[in-house]
Amino acid sequence: MIIDLIVLIPIIAALAIGLGAEGRKTALGAAGANLILGVIVIGELMRRGGEELIFETSTVILENPKLTLGFAVDGMSGVLVLLTVIVTFCAVYISPEKAPDGRVKLYHISPLLISAGALGAFCSTDLFFLFAFHELALIPTFLMIGIYGHGRERLAIAWKITIYLGVGSLVLLGGLIALYSNLTSDGFATFKIAELTAIAETMQLDQEVQKWIFLPLFLGFGILVSLFPFHSWAAPAYASAPTSVAMLHAGVLKKFGLYGILRVAMPMLPKGFEAWEGLILVLLLGNIIYVGLVTISQRHLDRMLGNSSVMHMGYAFLGIACVNHIGWNGAVLMMFAHGLSIALLFALCGSLRERLNTLELSEIGGLTSKVPFLAVSFGFAAFASIGLPGFANFASEVTILFGAFNGAGEVGNLQKAAILALWGVVISAVYMLRAYRNIFQGDSTRGLTLVRRDSLNKIPIILMIAVLLLTGFFPNLILSMLPS
Amino acid sequence: MPAYYLEILILLLGFTMLGVEAFSSNRSRSRIAVLGVSGLFVVLIFLIFTVPSSEVPYDHWGIYHVDKWALFYKAIAILTTLLVLVLAKDFSPVLKKYTSQSNEFSGIGEYYCLPIFVCAGLMWMASAKDLITIFVSLELVTIGFYVLVSFMRRNVGSLEAGVKYLVLGALSTGFLVYGIAWIFGVTGQFELNEIANVLNSGKVERKPIIFAFALLLVGLGFKVAAVPFHIWVPDVYQGTSMPITAFLSVGSKAAGFIVLLRVIEPFLNSSLTASSVILILSFLVCVTLLFGNFVAIKQTNVKRLLAYSSIAHAGFLMMALPAMESDFQSKLIGPSSMESISFYLAGYLLMTMLCFLVLTIVSAATNGESIDDLKGLGARSPLLAFAMLVGIASLAGIPLTVGFFGKFFLFNIAIQYAVFSGSWYVVSFAVLGAAAGFYYYFKIIRVMYWGGSDQDSDELTLEVNPLSKAVIIVLLTGVILCGVFPSLILGLLQ
Repeated sequence: MIIDLIVLIPIIAALAIGLGAEGRKTALGAAGANLILGVIVIGELMRRGGEELIFETSTVILENPKLTLGFAVDGMSGVLVLLTVIVTFCAVYISPEKAPDGRVKLYHISPLLISAGALGAFCSTDLFFLFAFHELALIPTFLMIGIYGHGRERLAIAWKITIYLGVGSLVLLGGLIALYSNLTSDGFATFKIAELTAIAETMQLDQEVQKWIFLPLFLGFGILVSLFPFHSWAAPAYASAPTSVAMLHAGVLKKFGLYGILRVAMPMLPKGFEAWEGLILVLLLGNIIYVGLVTISQRHLDRMLGNSSVMHMGYAFLGIACVNHIGWNGAVLMMFAHGLSIALLFALCGSLRERLNTLELSEIGGLTSKVPFLAVSFGFAAFASIGLPGFANFASEVTILFGAFNGAGEVGNLQKAAILALWGVVISAVYMLRAYRNIFQGDSTRGLTLVRRDSLNKIPIILMIAVLLLTGFFPNLILSMLPS
Repeated sequence: MPAYYLEILILLLGFTMLGVEAFSSNRSRSRIAVLGVSGLFVVLIFLIFTVPSSEVPYDHWGIYHVDKWALFYKAIAILTTLLVLVLAKDFSPVLKKYTSQSNEFSGIGEYYCLPIFVCAGLMWMASAKDLITIFVSLELVTIGFYVLVSFMRRNVGSLEAGVKYLVLGALSTGFLVYGIAWIFGVTGQFELNEIANVLNSGKVERKPIIFAFALLLVGLGFKVAAVPFHIWVPDVYQGTSMPITAFLSVGSKAAGFIVLLRVIEPFLNSSLTASSVILILSFLVCVTLLFGNFVAIKQTNVKRLLAYSSIAHAGFLMMALPAMESDFQSKLIGPSSMESISFYLAGYLLMTMLCFLVLTIVSAATNGESIDDLKGLGARSPLLAFAMLVGIASLAGIPLTVGFFGKFFLFNIAIQYAVFSGSWYVVSFAVLGAAAGFYYYFKIIRVMYWGGSDQDSDELTLEVNPLSKAVIIVLLTGVILCGVFPSLILGLLQ
């Protein structure tokens, strides 16, 4: 019941705003209620260990293939639900009362729908609705970037993200249909994830079949996570999206692809992964090294952050490629940590944008004395993003590396990839520290006049930093919920 | 009550309306529309209680066949006509401008009556199982449409559409009759079951029967708007009045598909013809998917865009046709081809009618049909804009709408069939087409919400009359509910 509520509350709130309820207050109320519910769910998961699904509900809506509309959480989805409710709360909190053009409804409905889509996808116990809920975010994202985006190219960017994600989900849908129709017993098919996993374990599809089902699944999910070379939609979209959408999309929604791979592709098609392991390692290094270098060469803060978020997805893929629970848990922790840190960075970037006329790094300088709180919190966020010890990002990267070397007698492809991926940390340090120096230190006369708008919303920023530090010092809070 | 009473009731309703039209002094004809709507509603209720579960399927005199499919498609026909009358009522201000010189409604009474007769034809098509009945009912529909398409006689576009529809319709009828003649010549039968027996008896030659089948396909492809028999679609959709565009796009297509399904079945399940039929159908599917979806991208007129979208939807629907061979259907997991196509058409009815209802209201107010006339609809009428958003999202196949389930079932068949037959090109064209669909459907969504804060938006606030408002809300709920609980429609079929 409680999970149904978590998914339904944003939808109901969106409906209420559509029918005339006050925009920001309703949205904030819904997000706050969800935050409380999310924490309750996490508490229960910690108590039970997170191995099995809890709070399960289900309604059968079709007999064959069996479709059920139902929600439940286990450790992995619980972590992502927590991430979603925190980021949603912060994104809604940061949104101003009215959109730049004075409209209220659409501006507050869209983040709620994106959040509902993510929550529905993470909590669905049914493959079909896992897919369906993710698409709920497509139209709100399109409208928000197109209408309230920044920069002259926002229209082209809105098209780009929509078509990329649309094509990605079509490829994914093809893979899902191929998957379920192969995992049948006695002409009876199901979409229930738990049942499919059980069938896959007993049935053991041929390597060749697994190989060709895994490919569309991996590509489909991969496009949604901005896997190299399908990443070019992500950075411009995040750079031009309104702050709340950038936070939700980069922080939460993008994790759907990784979640899907961990939940569906890896457990059901282990041999499929083996067949493509080499290719996947190359692609994830493309994310880390190639996109990392691209990030270094960015001149605008928003573009740099967008690219950095693409780059860090490479680590999550590396964790997945470990094919052991240490690596996978590292990937989940990575999703959580990265989601928070990138949302935090976009929130700060948004408030910088409100105060400055430009985000071009070479134009800004010496802001520390003018906005000390922003400077300090940006420092925290940058350190988290680089992966300094004390932040959850560090814990996740270390866990992923442990996963990569776990039980490896010799240095195989995976270990070589992991060694190369380590250089990504250096790359992150280069661009993040350079951005920090450019913006907050140095000659303040270079700085443009500060356009003061409304005062900074400190609560969400402190909340996100606190959670990052807490899970950084005690990563076991998260890891204890995941299977070991 | 035997099912053919339904058609008789519909015809009686039509004649009553004509009588009322002829003898009433009331200058506003909207009462006739209300009479039609309520009459159709009553017949629809009769239909629901006509389910003779013990007797289904049964034949009357070998020419009138009733099974669950027939009843389902009859319901689609009645519902479509009912909604078309609602549209027509909203559209009457535009209509009267182009029908009579004086500023009266007197010239438009037939506009409400003719759809009723077309409806009878559509219902008869659903029950037709031999080629003669198919031909006669098809002509009843087509001749009704000839008049309806060119009804706005003082509008050049409408006349052009009428002429094009007449000429090309007559041409396709010619092909159909010629095909029927060939079939009869080769097999000596009109009845589809008998034809199936003859085809399986091994006593007929292959070439003439394929030739005959191809001719039939031309005639029926014209009805369902399959490429390359689609030439009429964009011009006629654009030229004729909005309600008739909707009627053509939903009613004509649905009835065309039930006939197509019935005609194709014997040919697909005979080893003599199966391979060639599959080849022909696969080719048609691919070109229809490509053409419909990619030409739609460049359109600026909403009706033209929906015309190409209608072609594209025909392509998606036809994906399930080659898969109808019984070898595959017995292995298929999920709803069968018949069920999937019927589900899709029912969903198509809901979503297309929703879009057309909004478009009719907007175009009656703004007198324009280009995509830009929808500009700022989000600010002018949030209800209409939301209805259109849901309708368009459903056409594009966004999940949690009925359109997604429809596409899902069809892709389910297409992908399993690709695995079964080993050829993937139909699926890849379908993926390309659906991807292009995102672009042109989102174009409409974009226009509605972009730049909504025009200064003059207050003046343009749209009034929606209560009947249309109620219908919009019903359709809207239908699209979303059936998008979460597909068994609401599938339950009627299984």
